[in-house]
Amino acid sequence: MNAESITELTELDKRIVRVLQGEFPLVAEPYKTLAEQVGVSEETFLERVKAMQETKKIRKMGAVLCHREVGFKANVLVAWEVPESRLDEIARHMAASPSVTHCYDRNTAPGWPYNLYTMVHGHSREECEQVVKALGRECNVSNHVMLYSKHEWKKTAMRYFMENE
Amino acid sequence: MMMELTDFDKALLNLLQGSLPVCSRPFAKLAEELDTDEQTVLTRVQELKKEGYLRRIGTFFDSNNLGYKGTLVALKVDPSKMQTVAEAINLYPGATHNYEREGRYNLWFTLLTPDLETEARILDEVQSLNGVEDMLNLKANKKYKINVQFKLH
Repeated sequence: MNAESITELTELDKRIVRVLQGEFPLVAEPYKTLAEQVGVSEETFLERVKAMQETKKIRKMGAVLCHREVGFKANVLVAWEVPESRLDEIARHMAASPSVTHCYDRNTAPGWPYNLYTMVHGHSREECEQVVKALGRECNVSNHVMLYSKHEWKKTAMRYFMENE
Repeated sequence: MMMELTDFDKALLNLLQGSLPVCSRPFAKLAEELDTDEQTVLTRVQELKKEGYLRRIGTFFDSNNLGYKGTLVALKVDPSKMQTVAEAINLYPGATHNYEREGRYNLWFTLLTPDLETEARILDEVQSLNGVEDMLNLKANKKYKINVQFKLH
């Protein structure tokens, strides 16, 4: 997305983002409720939401489940060292796996050669390990580290355009 | 003790994870697809939320396309200072995920800021926290996938 589409974010859009990132009303006409909070018509509000979907400022309207509650009790962040020439191909392959929820290509650092990161979710640690093993085999990549979490210190959704609050 | 998910719940959650319609009556539209009525869907979504199945329902933004800068930061923290370091990081609103992990780098957090100057200032502050021995700033070049969906059968 280029710089132009970012500047397209008007003051109205920012106000809409601020209400959309709050609690979504579980009522028959949720967008009407949110539009009232912004002080615009429901029609205008829906129009702006659709426009922000088209320009990919909104990547999803919907729900994210508590993965533990629905049985996905294990997850692991895997950092892979992938040859630069095959990075794109391998990233696409890994991203296609339903067990992979996030897949990013990242900078390396001195003493830290890993350039591809995948978050893998599974019903158990064993399942995660099987998935990682299979991905490594399919992509012919052996050097990776499994960064299991030991403690969650914070997990929140970002609140945008609140810097001056 | 959590309630058992019915087949209807699973179908509803699978749909809801995919998308919430952007129209005047989104739950009526979901109801059509599930062959039921609006009130049934609304009541069940409220219950599922109350029971803790939904982490979040609503809007998920692309931070880059809103103009924000993001990065993943890995820290090597003296284990005896872990709690104070982790809590200091938690105070930044843009530090949205902060996890203690196994390995040489034992604290990992994501950071979103409105501009790179803010990011640089925060990273300077973090690096000088008592107990931080090393820091990696792992900027993303390309995001191939962000799609947290768990298909329920």
